[in-house]
Amino acid sequence: MDNRQKEINNLKDYKYGFSTDIENIQAPKGLNEDVIKFISNIKKEPAWMLEFRLKAFERFKVLKEPDWQKPKFPKIDYQDLYYYSAPKSMKDKPKSLDELDPKLLETYKKLGIPLQEQARLNGIAVDAVFDSVSVATTFKDELTKQGIIFCPISEAIQNHPELVKKYLGSVIPTSDHFFATLNSAVFTDGSFVYIPEGVRCPMELSTYFRINASNTGQFERTLIIADKGSYVSYLEGCTAPMRDENQLHAANVELIALDDAEIKYSTVQNWYPGDQDGKGGIYNFVTKRGLCKGKNSKISWTQVETGSAITWKYPSCILKGDNSVGEFYSIAITNNHQKADTGTKMIHLGKNTKSKIISKGISAGSSDMTYRGLVDISSKAKNSTNYTQCDSLLMGNRCGAHTVPYIKNKNSESNIAHEATTSKISEEQLHYCQQRGLNPEEAVGLIVNGFCKEVLQQLPMEFAVEAQKLVGISLEGSVG
Amino acid sequence: MKEQLQKDFYNNIKNLSLSQKDIEIKKFCLDNFIDKGFPNKKEEDWKFSDLNQIIKNNIGELSFYNDQASTNKVDTSVFVDGLEHNKIVFINGRIEKIDFEYEKKDQIEIIDQSETINEFENSNSLSDLNNAFTNKCFKILVKKGYQLAKPLIIYHTTNSKIWSKNINLRLNFELDKDSSLRLIDLFNDTSEKNFLNIFYNFELKENAVLKNYKVDKFENKNIKYSFNNIDQDKNSISETFILSSGSNFSKNEINCNLKGVYSSAFVNGVFSLNNDKHHEIRSIINHLTENTKSYQLIKSVLEQSSKAVYQGKIFVNSDAQKTDGYQLSKAILLNKESEFNAKPELEIYADDVKCSHGSASGSLNEDSIFYLMSRGLSYQQSRELLINGFLLDVVEKITDSEIKNLIKNMLGIKE
Repeated sequence: MDNRQKEINNLKDYKYGFSTDIENIQAPKGLNEDVIKFISNIKKEPAWMLEFRLKAFERFKVLKEPDWQKPKFPKIDYQDLYYYSAPKSMKDKPKSLDELDPKLLETYKKLGIPLQEQARLNGIAVDAVFDSVSVATTFKDELTKQGIIFCPISEAIQNHPELVKKYLGSVIPTSDHFFATLNSAVFTDGSFVYIPEGVRCPMELSTYFRINASNTGQFERTLIIADKGSYVSYLEGCTAPMRDENQLHAANVELIALDDAEIKYSTVQNWYPGDQDGKGGIYNFVTKRGLCKGKNSKISWTQVETGSAITWKYPSCILKGDNSVGEFYSIAITNNHQKADTGTKMIHLGKNTKSKIISKGISAGSSDMTYRGLVDISSKAKNSTNYTQCDSLLMGNRCGAHTVPYIKNKNSESNIAHEATTSKISEEQLHYCQQRGLNPEEAVGLIVNGFCKEVLQQLPMEFAVEAQKLVGISLEGSVG
Repeated sequence: MKEQLQKDFYNNIKNLSLSQKDIEIKKFCLDNFIDKGFPNKKEEDWKFSDLNQIIKNNIGELSFYNDQASTNKVDTSVFVDGLEHNKIVFINGRIEKIDFEYEKKDQIEIIDQSETINEFENSNSLSDLNNAFTNKCFKILVKKGYQLAKPLIIYHTTNSKIWSKNINLRLNFELDKDSSLRLIDLFNDTSEKNFLNIFYNFELKENAVLKNYKVDKFENKNIKYSFNNIDQDKNSISETFILSSGSNFSKNEINCNLKGVYSSAFVNGVFSLNNDKHHEIRSIINHLTENTKSYQLIKSVLEQSSKAVYQGKIFVNSDAQKTDGYQLSKAILLNKESEFNAKPELEIYADDVKCSHGSASGSLNEDSIFYLMSRGLSYQQSRELLINGFLLDVVEKITDSEIKNLIKNMLGIKE
């Protein structure tokens, strides 16, 4: 048995499926003003923050859950969820990693994210979010030296209120859609990044999300601001224990790029996808939106979506500044009973704006995958271009692959090109690989990796290797 | 609108000899329509064309009652010259003439089907409106093995006698085994501000061939909606060509069900729009069984503040292995006010398929213009040459050479 086979056997089951037995503090079950006040209070938030939350909640009350999406799911009882859950040991924030509950350290070690800095060699600063709180942020000092702020958002609300006040809700307002508004009302923690003018962030910043407690919704909020001429690359990883019930994850991510700034946001999403019969798994309903506010700014989304029972998200770019650039690279893989409805929106407002969309969807088993995207070139966005390519690969005739692009061109000086194909792995390709000694599963893995290459190349090195493995593993058992 | 609808409805059925049961059915459809109203942009299928708003802005109050007691004089000057053809003439929505003079009389049957109502999948409140107000409906049956010698042209003529009216029409066609029909819909309007609501249903049996050409070329201020349902059996072929140009607003829907193996559907369309016209083509091709094929090509040339919309969907059932589906839409925007929206959709549940779509929109290529001008053409000539070449691509897809020439002449395209 070669190494790969061993690895696959090792990983065949969802290896992040364990749960940590740890004492929790939870908010009372249900959603009402008192719970929101409870969250705000426990986080020692200033009054304006509570006001922000309550305003969102007022709005939430009149909103209806959307139902236009392709994957349908049983109605979520929003009163039957815990909106706040945190390890008890986090009540009085530990001052350093040494004071952190060893159980938490152990959990992250098991996940392959050692938090002790001495164990870190590859130089990635990590913010670890466990249920509703951020438990640790590494490499803080080094970043502070350059003026970079990288901390949990709850800390930023207290230490940098002027920045948070200015930018929070500026891309995803409290009056947005159902899940985004819910998040605005009850968000608990997440990362805050501010890169000062002209600074190129020396290392990858990363957040690792973990849902542990049962019956909990995770609502994190990430806010990244890249000031003039700065650059940051940010990674996000997610896992959750195996549970029979479906858990809700409704995060909001806001990116703001000012003049000449660049933000690169990569996600490797590997929430628990449910078992082979489609029982359990995470509902991943996330709102991600980037605003290219300044001239010559650039936002690039890269996502590898392999987990979750239902993935429903559209990382978007609003290209407001002249000459700004938006990019979206995505691989979405669904197997067994997983469902995904994902894609992007590129809203061209400024002159000479460019966007590029590369989406690769792979569906196997009884899964269902939809690419849904919008390209909107407004009448003022002179000389803008968009290129879209979305390819789907089907394995077996019980799965579905759908493409629903919306293309709006209101400007005669702009060009839009869109291409989409759907196919299966051809017999010739398989035969060719097998003839050269690969077994069918390896052959499929190779072909699929080739199919995804364009997107995988966009990921930072460390992630690319992991993602490549993940692609192989997610398709286990789908051949034959 | 509700009172108007009810008043006109009772005025209308007064003149018809309908059984109590038929009246009940029509009443039911009317209530459905009153309930839903004209489609608006909140409905996904009407997202880009809010008919409710368009009718409000262009027509205002519609009336639904048409006095069809008296006959209209058929104006022979609208007939197409130089092409022998069979005729059906509608004037202001009333059937004035059905004439199959070039065909064997016993091979074509015209059946009165005024009592039956249409029930289509994927239809909308307009089919209720159509059911409630259509007075006469015929089914044209082409018998087994018969191929019509000459094309059939359906003239839709309206004149200034009508104003702010809603006209509802319906026709059914059945093409029996091995038969074939060439059909041209030709619109001639001298009226203004009316809403035409047309439903066609085609049933193609084994090996039947339908060639269906819709020509809306002449300038007019009417609003048109046309729904075409095509059910196809084994080995049948349907070819649809749409020239969408003349009316203020027009929406053509093609709903094609490929039910038999080796059946194929072709949908081609040209938008050639100016002023503030707003046209849409929406096609749904349902591949329901294996070895079926569809091909779609839509091209638009948009001037001034015109707007074109193309919504195309390819649906592939899990049984429909070996499907071949292709869809391409291209648009040239000539003015900064013009707009092109597309929603090319794929919904696929089978793995052994070949499906692709493409969509592109942009301006006229300046390099090509430069090339032509450097060879002595004026700017205007180069522009025309490029646009004609762009549209000719679609017109060349027409498989019937007589009709191809007719449409080329109408568009003023020379090779």
